[in-house]
Amino acid sequence: MSSTFDQVATIIAETCDIPRDTITPDSHAIDDLGIDSLDFLDIAFAIDKAFGIKLPLEKWTQEVNDGKATTEQYFVLKNLSARIDELVAAKGAGA
Amino acid sequence: MQLEYFILIDRILDLNIGEKTIQVEAQVPQHNTIFEGHFPGYPIMPGVLLIESMAQTSGWLLLALMKFERMPFLAAVKEAKMRGFVSPGEVLTIDANVLHEGSGYAMTEAKVRVGGKLKCNATITFSHIPFPNPDLRGHMEAMAKRVGFPQQAIAHD
Repeated sequence: MSSTFDQVATIIAETCDIPRDTITPDSHAIDDLGIDSLDFLDIAFAIDKAFGIKLPLEKWTQEVNDGKATTEQYFVLKNLSARIDELVAAKGAGA
Repeated sequence: MQLEYFILIDRILDLNIGEKTIQVEAQVPQHNTIFEGHFPGYPIMPGVLLIESMAQTSGWLLLALMKFERMPFLAAVKEAKMRGFVSPGEVLTIDANVLHEGSGYAMTEAKVRVGGKLKCNATITFSHIPFPNPDLRGHMEAMAKRVGFPQQAIAHD
């Protein structure tokens, strides 16, 4: 799996004290790993710092609340990793 | 400091938008019923109120950075350390800086000093949302004037 996923999984394991080997690309951060919104702020902070980006949590939450997206699109870890890669690429393109 | 109204900050001494720092001052009241219980014969400022003073200091900083468009709410306190007693009547100097600005949340670091001596510090997380109603925003702007908030830092509709 991508190094992005590995980094994200390590961040989640360390931030939420979840055994690393239980975190897979198909894990849903909320439904499978039991991470709540407050804990996810710590994860977002660590991801923002590690990748030099700003996870658009508010936009994602709004999209989910409006029925325009599912939580799986953003919070299944392989999808989250893909979103991170997109944000990193967009940042690089804009630099 | 008006503990009855949960107003912990007396005045803003310095607000640096560019550096994302703030310094405020607050005097612990000489007399308050809180000290009758905390503790009888040995009054000291409760640690939770010192934490709240750091949260309110950070809150003013975040309000400034968000141009009074959004309201920060306390979400988490980490590494809060009470390093020394604070007594009635003492003047607190509280500094805060932004550690990170995320999407819908922010983290700050804050320190309380008395006479230059560090009394407590913490890392604080806030979630923030658009002001839920005009009344709250109006109240915060009125409070801002009262504590000497630089008026140019308050955006107007």
